[in-house]
Amino acid sequence: MSLALIAALPFLGALLPGLMIRAGRNACALAAGSATALALLMVGLHIPAVLRGEVIRTRIDWLPQLGLNANFMLDGLGLLFAALILGIGLLIILYARFYLSSADPMGQFFTYLMLFQGAMLGIVLSDNILLLLVFWEMTSLSSFLLIGYRKHLPEGRQGARMALAVTGTGGLAMIAGMLILGNIAGSFDLSVILTQKEVIQASDLYLPALILILLGCFTKSAQFPFHFWLPQAMAAPTPVSAYLHSATMVKAGLFLMARLWPVLSGTPEWFTIVATTGLVTMLLGAAVALFKDDLKALLAYSTVSQLGLITMLLGFGTPEAAVVALFHILNHAGFKAALFMCAGIVDHEAHTRDIRRLGGLRHLMPVTFAISTVAALSMAGIPPLNGFLSKEMMLDQATQTVWMGNPWLIAALATLGATLSVAYAFRFIGNVFLGPVRNDCPHAPHDPGFGLWAAPAFLAVLVIVSGLMPMTLVGWLVTIGAEAVTAGAAQVKIIHWHGFVAALWLSLGAIAGGFALTRVHAPLTRLWLALPRPDATVLFNTGIAAAFALARGLTGRLHDGSATRALAISSVTMIAAGLWAFLGGSHSPGTRSLTPVEPLAAVGWLLLAGSTIGLVLVHRNRVLALVLVGVIGLIVSVTFVYLSAPDLALTQISVEVATVILMLLALNFLPKLTPPERLTRVVRDAVIAGVAGLSAGGLILALMLRDFAFPGIAAYHIANSKTEGGGTNIVNVILVDFRGYDTFGEITVLGIAALVIYALTEAILKGGPANDRLLNWQPARGRAGDRHPMMFVIVTRLILPVALMVGVFIFLRGHNLPGGGFVAGLIVAIALLMQYMASGFAWAAGRRAIDYHALIALGVLVAAGTGIGAWFNGRPFLTSDYGYVTLPPLEPFELATAALFDSGVFLCVLGAVMLALASISRLAIRAGGTVNTRPFDIDPSQPEAR
Amino acid sequence: MEYLLASGVGLMTAAGVFLILRRHTFPVILGLALLSYAVNLFLFASGRVVIGMPPILTKDAAGYTDPLTQALVLTAIVISFGMSAVIVMMALGAFLETGHDRIDTHDGRTEDGGAGD
Repeated sequence: MSLALIAALPFLGALLPGLMIRAGRNACALAAGSATALALLMVGLHIPAVLRGEVIRTRIDWLPQLGLNANFMLDGLGLLFAALILGIGLLIILYARFYLSSADPMGQFFTYLMLFQGAMLGIVLSDNILLLLVFWEMTSLSSFLLIGYRKHLPEGRQGARMALAVTGTGGLAMIAGMLILGNIAGSFDLSVILTQKEVIQASDLYLPALILILLGCFTKSAQFPFHFWLPQAMAAPTPVSAYLHSATMVKAGLFLMARLWPVLSGTPEWFTIVATTGLVTMLLGAAVALFKDDLKALLAYSTVSQLGLITMLLGFGTPEAAVVALFHILNHAGFKAALFMCAGIVDHEAHTRDIRRLGGLRHLMPVTFAISTVAALSMAGIPPLNGFLSKEMMLDQATQTVWMGNPWLIAALATLGATLSVAYAFRFIGNVFLGPVRNDCPHAPHDPGFGLWAAPAFLAVLVIVSGLMPMTLVGWLVTIGAEAVTAGAAQVKIIHWHGFVAALWLSLGAIAGGFALTRVHAPLTRLWLALPRPDATVLFNTGIAAAFALARGLTGRLHDGSATRALAISSVTMIAAGLWAFLGGSHSPGTRSLTPVEPLAAVGWLLLAGSTIGLVLVHRNRVLALVLVGVIGLIVSVTFVYLSAPDLALTQISVEVATVILMLLALNFLPKLTPPERLTRVVRDAVIAGVAGLSAGGLILALMLRDFAFPGIAAYHIANSKTEGGGTNIVNVILVDFRGYDTFGEITVLGIAALVIYALTEAILKGGPANDRLLNWQPARGRAGDRHPMMFVIVTRLILPVALMVGVFIFLRGHNLPGGGFVAGLIVAIALLMQYMASGFAWAAGRRAIDYHALIALGVLVAAGTGIGAWFNGRPFLTSDYGYVTLPPLEPFELATAALFDSGVFLCVLGAVMLALASISRLAIRAGGTVNTRPFDIDPSQPEAR
Repeated sequence: MEYLLASGVGLMTAAGVFLILRRHTFPVILGLALLSYAVNLFLFASGRVVIGMPPILTKDAAGYTDPLTQALVLTAIVISFGMSAVIVMMALGAFLETGHDRIDTHDGRTEDGGAGD
């Protein structure tokens, strides 16, 4: 469990800063730091076990059917990265506490940071590649928030978008690659995949999977040609840059390459793609870095270059090179985080990061100077610092690698890369801290307080100590990491003196060459500026703009805001898709015998056809059209009765009444006539409609003339309705028992629909043109003088108790005979509606005891409560139970929990129908001005009242 | 009987599609109501036509029709009422807000008359 807890800790920690910010900035940072420190401690507790060679695992089944499980593992590689992520994370939190100004929302910052940290930690601890993908996407999203933290700056927003677009696209490719990989290996668990090297490399799909996964890794790790997002992401606050681009985000791609190294590497494809990409990236990044004047841009391109170096080492595919890669990952994280933090300090103090305006800061900022120098010299690979160790080991590996048939080419290019990195590192120190003091800065710089330089200073000390005593300090970490990656194939031996080997001379040559380059930097810059340089950012933006234009054009053509047009397009598309599917398959004639037509059915059909055609012809006369719709609904109900569906008939007819009342209420306001339309439009729509009708009719005819292709599940319901659900009305048992969950969802939706209607009414009545129009409403002439006829009022009141009784009756018998909660709800609703219609809204509303909102809520809660009740019986949600109860004077009768559920349905339906219709009535009140409080308009018992 | 039912579904679909392609709200509402009938009957008919065999368990029943499609259609009827109610309310709100009941309010090209009232 502990691994899952470690992975969860940063996310729990992400909740705290938002809460703690009210207690002050220190409390906020402390909360984030405590969660990180705790996670680091818990990882640390596992070190002895991992050192013994154990792999710690936690398995939690999540969706085992999909192979997606929350399985975590901690081996040497995971430990190395977890330590890096949490250790540097802790330092960054400290640094950020003092770096962020009081204007920056710190709670937000730490929440984003912890989210990101959790996502990174999840990646390195995952033992399931699907889980890993989830965390992978989370790093893309949370880094988007971090890079765009300064959302008021356009660069911040653009940088964040670009990072998200590039890494997100790569992530999509990687999902595909991982799915292929999992399918080849037969499992999505890393521990299984890592044992399947032969199977994976022999598969035809090895190359596609490799390319797709590498796309994910390369975009994340800013490899050429996807490197351009990283410099753009420098718009982020410096603590973010220091974290994302030293130890975490960009290292995620490297981690994954190292993680899958055992199964993917060692093939010519791997070597060609990975080593070449790494080499190109290393050279390109280093060359650009040399000519950058912005400190952070310089560091960004140097990061690109160093990442390329590590990628190249992983690409070599030899265990020795992989060891060097791991070692350099650690070293780079240390010195690069320190350098970013120092650049941030300079920016913070001098208010500029432009190398051309800085200089001589060694006098003004001695502490920062010392830290930066140590870190930069390590980056340059000056002995005895740790950067020297890994760089010489890298050169050593390069001399042993044959590339493009040439034994020394890669060594020469690697040396060139090293030379360039020496040059930009020297330039960093030389132009910022050495040289004459310039008074060009916007702000007089001086060393910051201890809080700001503590974190980089700590890293600088690590750089020195791990340079002097590499085996003691980091040797064991690299050893267990290498154990996980190369299965112990390589001996980890980090020493300063290898003798007079080729790597030593190359190393010395690189230092000398780099120093020489700084001397001739000015003419080189002129040359560089004169060279044509394709700008990847511009290309990317052009591509994005083109994609946007295409999408906009397509959307504009398909959906220009006209609902009619969209409906026409979707109708035609649906018909075309159906036709295409129909023509693409084979068909055999129907075998089912026809059901004979009785005269009654023929009459019904004639009525239906007549009303439908009539409706189309007279639809412009809206009242008439509504009457015809009512007739059609009635025939549909009768059809249900005729075709053995009494429940449907009951429901349909009660819904029909409610619908017609609703539309009548609306028609009270809407115009009574629809203006004519152009004939061409009518003809076009008639053609679309005709084809749609033919298709629908033809399809259902074809269906009815054939038997079921597969045995249906109806037999199960028929057989178990009584024994399992305790009812003989199978439809009702299905609704409240077998498929009760559907019904539960449905009444919820119905309730929501009613609330939407209520909210719309509120919005209209709140004010604005709609409200004004209602207030100035001129009722149409020709209304009946007697709004509430006495006969109508009296009859509806007499009917009310009878109707309620019918409702109760329908409800109670529903489980065994046609009826049930739905129908009962509708019947009661109609009975109440009649009171509204007969006696007026105000009179009826005044006698209403329960709010309709409450009815809806009560209904849903009763249904949910019934469902949850099954849990106490030790059974799944909504499993019903029933038994027979005997009350002395009565016959034994059945009591099923399903009836309770059905009563929830009843309440919700009643509340929803009433709320919907009452809402529309409120519009009428606003328009009518006067409401009656007396039962009748004309009361014969009190003639003087009129 | 199958032919009657199928042609009924076809007719109502055609009328429904024709009406939802109109440019004023009320015919579209009616069209949706008709389409709901058509779709409900369609779903119901996919359980095949059976006369005189309701899905109510009795001792002397000769057989039963498919209860599952009926249960599905029953919920569909109630849901389509909810949907109709929301759309009616939206149409009403739009009419009161703008003073006309044309569907496409964004463009000035009114080819079929001005405000409805």
